[in-house]
Amino acid sequence: MTPLAIPAYTATSALGRGLTAMRAALEAGRSGLAPCNFEDVERGYIGRVAGLEDERLPERFAGYDCRNNRLAWAGLSQDDFVPAVIAARERYGPGRVAVVLGTSTSGILSTEHAYRRRNSDGGALPADFDFVRTHDLMSVSQFVRESLGLLGPAITISTACSSSAQSFGRAARLIAAGVVDAAIVGGVDSLCQTTLRGFASLELISPDRCRPCDAERDGISIGEAAGFAILEKPRARWTGLSLLGFGASADAHHMSAPHPGGEGARLAMAAALADAGLHPGQIDYVNLHGTGSRTNDTAEDAALVAVFGPDKPCSSTKGWTGHALGAAGILEMAIAAQALAHGFLPGCLGVTRVDPALRSSVLTENVRRPIRAVLSNSLGFGGNNCSLILGTTT
Amino acid sequence: MHCFVSGVGVLAAGIEGWAVSEAILAGRVAYAPLPLTPRPPDILPPAERRRVGFSARLAVLVSLEAARAANEPPETLASVFGSSNGDPAVIHAILEALATPEKQVSPTQFHNSVHNAAAGYWGIGTGSRADTTSIGCHDFTFGATMLQAAAEVASQRRAVLACVYDAPMPEPLAALRPTPAPFAAAFVLTPERRKGSVARLALEFAARPARRTGIESEPCLIELMHANPAARSLPLLALLARRRAGVVETACHDGACLTIEVEPCLQV
Repeated sequence: MTPLAIPAYTATSALGRGLTAMRAALEAGRSGLAPCNFEDVERGYIGRVAGLEDERLPERFAGYDCRNNRLAWAGLSQDDFVPAVIAARERYGPGRVAVVLGTSTSGILSTEHAYRRRNSDGGALPADFDFVRTHDLMSVSQFVRESLGLLGPAITISTACSSSAQSFGRAARLIAAGVVDAAIVGGVDSLCQTTLRGFASLELISPDRCRPCDAERDGISIGEAAGFAILEKPRARWTGLSLLGFGASADAHHMSAPHPGGEGARLAMAAALADAGLHPGQIDYVNLHGTGSRTNDTAEDAALVAVFGPDKPCSSTKGWTGHALGAAGILEMAIAAQALAHGFLPGCLGVTRVDPALRSSVLTENVRRPIRAVLSNSLGFGGNNCSLILGTTT
Repeated sequence: MHCFVSGVGVLAAGIEGWAVSEAILAGRVAYAPLPLTPRPPDILPPAERRRVGFSARLAVLVSLEAARAANEPPETLASVFGSSNGDPAVIHAILEALATPEKQVSPTQFHNSVHNAAAGYWGIGTGSRADTTSIGCHDFTFGATMLQAAAEVASQRRAVLACVYDAPMPEPLAALRPTPAPFAAAFVLTPERRKGSVARLALEFAARPARRTGIESEPCLIELMHANPAARSLPLLALLARRRAGVVETACHDGACLTIEVEPCLQV
């Protein structure tokens, strides 16, 4: 692909609102995970964004009110992201800017609440429940499109845990095909009972903070996050952050277990490298999907070694943020971009002993080193895999 | 953007397969809705055949039909799956379970609840590890799926499967998002004209309201078009069936639309 400029990006997670808070936590070695206190769920740890209960949307968007859109709004409000969008809107025209966002569960928490308030006679949902503007997958993209005054196409991608990473590639192809000149990409996923109890039913929730790549790792910690980036067609003399490559694949193996040899993940990484026109030696750091489940980390390690050999520095940042599911891709893109900007590679958090069965060069401490290109993996249920390559163009 | 429709699949009550749809949509055969009970696709292994839900069955069956019609090996075909509501029966069952004191979610229902479940079953059934995505765009799902798939064809110069599908909504969700009838359609879009290509499409997103939304057809087909987000594909299917040139405009959002200009490929 032709590299696309990323003139602005932002992320909000359990590490705080915006990039400064995120980097401060990463540099201080401070995890955002805490014992689960979400509604009546008490199992394991979660990465919760503080203060969403008190977040308010502007009056004219009140119909969109739900935890997911509050998180979207909190996320949009950081890092001067909105002024950057307005600049893109003025540069290209509102009809030439798309909104392509990923989410796995949208505002389903509101539907969970509505089901608890069903009418005892007939079972109807309460009249004040707005299905279309909360539960529907389109809700977040429509809300962001409206609130930013954009008139281009809006598309919600929902491929489980690769959703927001996918948004980069899908928007890149809309730009390459000339449908639009720029796109707001990223995604939002928020805590809900469906995922907290759903992953528990699969026995995938760690009783402690998740410890990706650790020999004793025993599951994931769920988090929530919102993140956004502007993706733009190539600009003359742009030397800043760019999307260099995108690769997607399917496992064709199982709905909720990865291919044990990491075949799908290997294909996604290889496709991203080919798309970027880079060879494996030109990637300086890999941000792993690294959920902390036994099977994911082993399969991803096999894929990584197949593509890069055993010496590529890599780490998972889910010990810091938890697994933000559909928002994991944009959150880890932001971490990877900060790694590029500041020459700062975050290590896996909370690792006592790296699993000796893993052959990759797993970082367990933060490392300061200038780097030029990073690859970030996002692997989802349904066997949906996605790799992004970020770098600076010269 | 332009591309060629080189294979079509359709599945709805009383419209099982493109050959039947052609006859109905061209007005040669009267439309008679019959109950639709899609079987688990026989390309799935036994364990997945037991687990696959109604929505994913629809999606896999129409996609297979389109791929076969295009003579395109499914294992290397890139895909864009679009559905407004995914598998609403599964979502409803999870929501009901969460409203009980036990709050026990079934593991199979949880993994079937991901929006990309249909794409997952397609991959498992066909062995395809090709580039794939899944989108959900409310009433714009058909337009968004075609827009994304056409952009993939144009930018990657490869064949792409565009599949739209939605299952009927159960109560109490149906009261808020009525979707009374099942519908699925799939199109294999190719960058080049092939021997069996049905039509050339030129697609354009426009930041203005849709002008034409009609379909020259029996009232019950118009009713079907409004009964399911995936059935917004009927006006395009009708032009393809009639081998007629024309323009379909499908509404995207308030004040925006996708125009699809259709030019039939006459077989010589």
